[in-house]
Amino acid sequence: MTRHVPIRDTATADPMIVMADVEKWYGGFKALSAINLSVRRGERIVLCGPSGSGKSTLIRCINRLEVYQKGEIRVGGTRLDDDGHSIDAVRREVGMVFQHFNLFPHMTVLQNCMLAPMRALKLSRREAEETAQRLLDRVRILEQADKYPAQLSGGQQQRVAIARALCMRPSVMLFDEPTSALDPEMVKEVLDTMIGLAEEGMTMICVTHEMGFARQVADRVIFMADGSIVEEAPPDTFFTQPRHERTRKFLGEILRPH
Amino acid sequence: MGLGEFLFLLTGLKWTVALSAIGFVCGAIGGLAIALMRTSGMRPLERLAAGYIALFQGTPLLMQLFVVYYGLALVGLRLSAWVAVSIGFTLHASAYLGEIWRGSIEAVPRGQSEAASALNLKYVSRMKDVVLPQAIRISLPATIGFLVQLIKGTSLASIVGFTELARAGNIVSNQIFQPLLVFGIVGILYFLMCWPLSLYGSHLERRFAVASR
Repeated sequence: MTRHVPIRDTATADPMIVMADVEKWYGGFKALSAINLSVRRGERIVLCGPSGSGKSTLIRCINRLEVYQKGEIRVGGTRLDDDGHSIDAVRREVGMVFQHFNLFPHMTVLQNCMLAPMRALKLSRREAEETAQRLLDRVRILEQADKYPAQLSGGQQQRVAIARALCMRPSVMLFDEPTSALDPEMVKEVLDTMIGLAEEGMTMICVTHEMGFARQVADRVIFMADGSIVEEAPPDTFFTQPRHERTRKFLGEILRPH
Repeated sequence: MGLGEFLFLLTGLKWTVALSAIGFVCGAIGGLAIALMRTSGMRPLERLAAGYIALFQGTPLLMQLFVVYYGLALVGLRLSAWVAVSIGFTLHASAYLGEIWRGSIEAVPRGQSEAASALNLKYVSRMKDVVLPQAIRISLPATIGFLVQLIKGTSLASIVGFTELARAGNIVSNQIFQPLLVFGIVGILYFLMCWPLSLYGSHLERRFAVASR
């Protein structure tokens, strides 16, 4: 990975996602505490941190797969609350890619990509199929359109999952450890697809330990521990001059040559 | 045993099949409702469905048929034996199928409905398009097993005077005094209905075991 995606001038753009003092509890366990985060349109964020630090919980709050108890989340101007309309409005903006792909196993690749546009966007079958084919082509997997997920490799499945999310025309993409369940030789094809998305200006929040990807693509790297944001900085600063001891320790562990 | 007696048995068989079919089809509708209530995430609905399942799994089918037939008559609702046993079997099958399908719905990985939610699919589509097709597949062996139980269970309907296969056998046996022969034939008829279903059930089980490997 040699090219560096140029950082767009995002200082003037309006915030796409705002999290203000967000707190989340699982019973008596505080999973997120005092999360303040603002993501501008077109910005690329990489979230990292030890397991159990709340990274996944944080991004799952953004599209309401998890409810939070305190604070406020706004996505594209919509305040996210219990109201069905606000959840609908937010999910329309936000696509998500999961660690374990979560493709629908009883549908073909093409059907996986057509279902939500037909049901949620009310596209006609023909429109949905055209969109699906275009995006499957973009992740270079169109020739597998009539196969079932179980017939594909992990990397292929994850690329289908990315195409499926893109079919809903999201303005933000959330990635929850998209390469953690993949065999090493398949990581690159998925990262390349994500880099392609970044180059087109997609707003992205990626939970990942792929530090090469973070260096190349991220505008900001955020380090979390114990449910809090410990440190955030542009990748150059983050990797060369981490300020906090915990960040240094984490980077030491994750960047140690194997 | 003459041809007349045998044809009488076949008439009983017809009612056994009809009662099983009604119990299964109406029970499937009721069972789907129970299973969806039980997995709805809404406490009152879940409690209600759990209570219904507990009641009908915790009491004998025979007693349930009695209560529907005589109980409803007591409160002034006089139903024919046919209608009463149909209601009884529907209620019974709803509870068991509801519980089987609740288990199957919960056996579908959580990531499936999460992915559907993230794609902004609403509850109806999430269930109809994503969760239920997978749950039904998982539940098929158990569902067929229950259908076999239900077919054999219809013999209890004879207790309220409904002339299905078992009661037809009883009547014929009382006329020709050859109980072993008559009930032998009755047994064979039950077996011919249930065995192919059991075979089909274990066939499906094997197929899914291979598919999920």
